[in-house]
Parts: sequence; structure tokens; C-alpha cells
Amino acid sequence: MRYLTDRKRAVGKGASGSGTEHFWWMTMSSVALAFLVPVFIFTFGSAIGGTQEEVVAHFARPFPAILTGLVTLVGMRHFAKGAQVMLEDYTAGSLRKGLVIFVYSLSYMITAIVLYALGKMVFIDTAAQMLNQ
Amino acid sequence: MAETKRVERPLSPFMIGPYYRPQMTSMSSILTRITGNALIAGFFLGAWWLIAAVSSPGYFAVVDWIVTSWIGWLFFTAMLWSIWYHYLTGLRHLLWDTGKGLEIETAEKLGWGALIGATGLTLVSLIILWII
Repeated sequence: MRYLTDRKRAVGKGASGSGTEHFWWMTMSSVALAFLVPVFIFTFGSAIGGTQEEVVAHFARPFPAILTGLVTLVGMRHFAKGAQVMLEDYTAGSLRKGLVIFVYSLSYMITAIVLYALGKMVFIDTAAQMLNQ
Repeated sequence: MAETKRVERPLSPFMIGPYYRPQMTSMSSILTRITGNALIAGFFLGAWWLIAAVSSPGYFAVVDWIVTSWIGWLFFTAMLWSIWYHYLTGLRHLLWDTGKGLEIETAEKLGWGALIGATGLTLVSLIILWII
């Protein structure tokens, strides 16, 4: 028996168990992405079509590297939490849990891959510049 | 003090089709969800392309061929439209959060605005990307 009144147990939680936290997080990240995405479209898009060296040099620069990292970090969390809501609408039980875990894993995986690629690009570009000196 | 009892909560019924005819409000809403979730495919190919760029030249050539081929172009153009559509309907959600624009007539206009706006922004983006 828990020494909590019914009211105390219910306050601020709702059906989600976390109140409006999820909704508020999506609102905040959407505002962040509203600023990031238009710039990212052109930063990313303009790199397509270059040679391997050009692509590496493009993303090794501070602005494209930081922007791509930010869009991936915020965007993939925004995706995971958004896809979770969709899964919660259409699936139930163990299937829902499994799919939410899959979506969370996939977005963390993509984040890690992009951050690794960006880090290595900076490293390759720095090494190339040192060799040229 | 009542014991906590697990409630078997029902899923919300899927209303479009059997109960409601498709309308601008419902269609523009579901398209927000579809485009948002579809964008993972764009990020997947984008991340694959970036990781390929720091791999061997042979490996990069394979992924870069997919990205720069007409299939890749078509794919990224679809992603571009999706991101702009999701962007505009996202702004619509932020507007709705303030309690404004919820009248059916306004909501329908905003739906058309998102469809036409996304198409326009996609074309403008493609032209700018072609120039730079």
C-alpha cells in the first residue's frame, strides 16, 4: 500500500505519465529546427555533386560541420519522439514497445554515424593541410 | 486510498475513410505525419553518403553514384518537398498552439498554403542550389 492520496498520484501526470513534457519538447525542438533547417538545406545540398575531397573539405569547415551536427542531433531526437507518437497511435502492447525501441535506436545510430563522419572529415582535412605545408 | 488498477486503454479509431470523408484539414494533417516520418529515409541516405566520404574511394563512388544519379536526384527532391511541407505545417502547429487560426475556413486555407508553399519553396531551393 502506497501512502499517496489519489490526487497526489494524479497531479501533473495524465495518461502519458509525464504530463505535457513530450509535447513541450516537440514544440521547443520544432522552433530550433525552424531556424536550422532552411540554412541546412543549402549547406548540405550544395555539397552534393562534388568529388570525395571536395565533400570532405566542405563539411570540415566549422559552419557546415557544426550546423550538420546540430541538425542531426536535434532532428533525430525530434524524429524519434515524433515517430513514437505515431506508433502509440496505431500499435499497442509489446509491438509498440519494440517499435519505439527500434525507432529510438535507429535515430541514435544515425546521429552517431553523422558525428563520426564529421569528426573524421575535420581530421582528414587538417591532416591534408599539414601535409601541404 | 485506492489500489492502482491497470486499465486496458483502447486505441483511438482510425476515422478517415469509414467515418469521415477526406477533407483538407484531415489530409493536410496526416500528410504532416507522413512527410515527417518519411524524412528518416533522407537522413539515412545522407548519413550513408557522409560516412562513405570518409571511407575508401571505391566505396564513396558507389554511394555517390546513388546520391548523384537521377534516382538520387528524384529522391532528394521528394525529401526537399517533404521537409518544406513538414516545415510549413509545423509552423501552422505553432500558430495553432497560440489558439489562432483554428477556424475551419482558416485551417483549410493554411492547408492549401502549405501544399502550394512547399511546392514553391522546393522549386526555389532547386533553382538556388543549381546556381550556387
